[in-house]
Amino acid sequence: MVQMPVYIGKRLLVAIPTLLIISIFVFSLQKLLPGDPIMAMAGEERDPAVLEPLREKYHLNDPIPVQYVRWLGGVAQGDLGVSLRTNQPVLELIGQKLPVTIQLAVMSMFFAVIIGVPMGILAAVKKNTILDYIANLVALSGLSVPNFWLGIMLILLISVNLGWLPASGFESIFVDPVRSIQTMLMPSFVLGTGLAATLMRHTRSAMLGVLSSDYIRTARAKGLSPREVILSHSFRNALLPVVTLSALLFGELLAGAVLTEQIFTIPGFGKLIVDAVFNRDYAVVQGVVMCTAVGFLVMNLAADILYVLLNPRLRATL
Amino acid sequence: MTAEPILSVRSLTTSFRVDGEWKPVVRDVSFDIRPGETLAIVGESGSGKSVTLLSIMRLLAHSTSRIEGQVLLNGRDLLSLSEKEIRAVRGNEVSMIFQEPMTSLNPIFTIGRQISEVLTRHKGMSATYARTETIRMLEKVRIPNAASRFNEYPHQFSGGMRQRVMIAMALASRPKLLIADEPTTALDVTIQGQILDLIKTLQEEEGMSVLFITHDMGVVAEIADRTVVMFRGDAVESGETEQIFHRGQHPYTRALLSAVPRLGSMEGQAVPLRFPIVDTVTGITTEPQPSRTMPERDAPILKVENLVTRFPVRSGLFSRQTGSIHAVENVSFDLKQGETLALVGESGCGKSTTGRSVMRLIEPTSGDIRLDGQNVRELGSSQLQRMRKSIQMIFQDPFSSLNPRMSVGQAIAEPFLKHGMGNAAEAKQKTADLLERVGLSASMMNRYPHEFSGGQRQRIAIARALSLDPKVIVADESVSALDVSIKAQVCNLLLDLQEQLDLAFLFISHDMAVVERVSHRVAVMYLGEIVEIGPRAAVFENPQHPYTRKLMSAVPVPDPARRGIRRGLMEEELNSPVRPMGYQSPKREYREVSAGHIVQVA
Repeated sequence: MVQMPVYIGKRLLVAIPTLLIISIFVFSLQKLLPGDPIMAMAGEERDPAVLEPLREKYHLNDPIPVQYVRWLGGVAQGDLGVSLRTNQPVLELIGQKLPVTIQLAVMSMFFAVIIGVPMGILAAVKKNTILDYIANLVALSGLSVPNFWLGIMLILLISVNLGWLPASGFESIFVDPVRSIQTMLMPSFVLGTGLAATLMRHTRSAMLGVLSSDYIRTARAKGLSPREVILSHSFRNALLPVVTLSALLFGELLAGAVLTEQIFTIPGFGKLIVDAVFNRDYAVVQGVVMCTAVGFLVMNLAADILYVLLNPRLRATL
Repeated sequence: MTAEPILSVRSLTTSFRVDGEWKPVVRDVSFDIRPGETLAIVGESGSGKSVTLLSIMRLLAHSTSRIEGQVLLNGRDLLSLSEKEIRAVRGNEVSMIFQEPMTSLNPIFTIGRQISEVLTRHKGMSATYARTETIRMLEKVRIPNAASRFNEYPHQFSGGMRQRVMIAMALASRPKLLIADEPTTALDVTIQGQILDLIKTLQEEEGMSVLFITHDMGVVAEIADRTVVMFRGDAVESGETEQIFHRGQHPYTRALLSAVPRLGSMEGQAVPLRFPIVDTVTGITTEPQPSRTMPERDAPILKVENLVTRFPVRSGLFSRQTGSIHAVENVSFDLKQGETLALVGESGCGKSTTGRSVMRLIEPTSGDIRLDGQNVRELGSSQLQRMRKSIQMIFQDPFSSLNPRMSVGQAIAEPFLKHGMGNAAEAKQKTADLLERVGLSASMMNRYPHEFSGGQRQRIAIARALSLDPKVIVADESVSALDVSIKAQVCNLLLDLQEQLDLAFLFISHDMAVVERVSHRVAVMYLGEIVEIGPRAAVFENPQHPYTRKLMSAVPVPDPARRGIRRGLMEEELNSPVRPMGYQSPKREYREVSAGHIVQVA
């Protein structure tokens, strides 16, 4: 275990070039996009005498590499620039919206795990029985039903017809926790079910592999109860690939958040990026994408560390 | 021998549901095991021996299997117990150990936890008491520094040590009956000797009965008081082990026994000798034919000098090289047309790496390899492709070495076409010829690998290797995974092909008895080095190096008169070939015992 800090250090070193590559990609991608942010800002105004000083102000006339280095230098110091639209610092905008999306992500993951993992275990243990078929059918529906459709249906049923939960809106968890969770319940369920389906399929196949392994035969030959065999001996082994998958699902979660936040009008990260793209608010787009990339790397690092902690064979090779 | 049997199996019939139909795989099997007795069930794959014991323990899937008959443990019928009651029997009154020690332990739990689990489950012990008892068991199975290894994980143990852990786990609850399913098959021969010794000793100490499942007649002869022979789901013969060996009645029993390679059976033979084949139904025996090959004594087709292959070991923050695995060290030998040179040794001795280095499937570190006059190490990639035409390989596992999505005809023709040796029609003709030559039929060309048995697949792999008309064949454990009777047939086929095509074989194997049968010359490898090399008769009849002697004394001999022997093998592991950076290999010295028989002396 002494080597764990070394391992983390190594992984962080590897993350630096990854982030640099992402930053170049993010920066150049938007330069290649059609549309001019100044034009978007100016609206109906088309007078070059008005537009040109604006371009100068935002350094948009500099050579692109110079713009990149200036931007990157700022990023390194925590300065992601200023929104062209609202003149707010990007970091501040992100700081406002990120907690909302993190809450959505955590609650969605919660739904995904409590639905997907037990269903996967059940389907594997009851392989080729009616339970397995039902679980697979549910998973397939979860994968094929689009989020927006499920979202709208839930709003119609639960909010409009039954009036149990608010159809939209948002309350910060720090202000009114109960109402905050109420408003997030439907969006996170919608987002979580799609992931639950993927988790279920992977848990099932990982469990099937483990259940047919020699050491499970040993565990049964020892006289352990099915509960001990499945939950203790099998599931902990099957967990390994599922952990890695969960980190990868984080990306899917963010993509899903964009749509879900639109449907439920939640002022989160997803909404921020959509608005920024529509308004050609470059600084915000760059900031949000960089922030997402960092989040993704952190999640994967966390998954790898967890993987090592769960797997004694890897602990030895550290 | 009037004591009541511990276990009495009566008319056991087990059926599996295949495509909605119940197919019996074990039919009407009955036997008794008395207290303190060892009963062996012997048979080849598909004989139903493993299904028999899984039926006794009721470990088969309920939905796809059906067990009939009676399994009486001290008079109580296990088949009529509830699921809860049978769990109290498993691991408590009856314990099991399995074939694969590498995969039979849960990789994410410490071995201490896995053993003490049995004690807390069945004996209601507290965790601390179970820990003490577990350490006592680990000492009992002779695991060095038992107390300090309690918290270690399975991957920190070698195969032999893991099997000891399995035995400790099985014996922790002091069972009346131990069921051992091929417990030594996956182990090296010297480790096998140690484990057999251990089982015998513990059996005496604990007074338990043992049900021993194996395909190895040598192991049966050494361990079993009585033997049941199984063949395709039937118990065809049972009786005292001695009687089975000397007065076996059933043709299958005799076929099995005659196919068993016996170490020392080649005394006085000058050349390799085919195995006698007994028909399993009629019992008609074919006389073993000696091979007619007489390798010429002039220029070798393959000459290897001072071959060294090392793999770097890396560690630390920047993955710096901290040492190397000396897999092959200073290995020299030559191989003549029509000759078989065997490389024998235990796992990790470098025999397979030698074979692969010679073909440059692994890049050697240094040394000189000459194949048919060409310097193999200097060849460019296109020349290397051409070189590989004259040297081909046959692997161990006939199940994974054929692409399941290619018909066997395509598999055999592929190298022929890729090397531009002819057009499609010629390839087809060649494939048909080869299939006939390896004892299959040309009409099988369009079938896929899954339609063939293990032995047939190995024949297909041989045909594929032959499609380029190679001069040398590297046979890496090519018969090791096959059943005894199939093994005998494939060995005979290899000898036939050698005679017809003047092939040179580099025969890599851990099986001393097979090696003795098929090779002209033998090289014994230990930790990457050849410690003894010479004509087969010289090495086997007059072994000089201590390791060669140890290896030979560890081979189980199918002779029931040796029952109960203890080898007294040292409980040591094969040393590690990992060396630190800057390690200077010691200068080796050799002595010539007789013509061509060379032994490492220092």
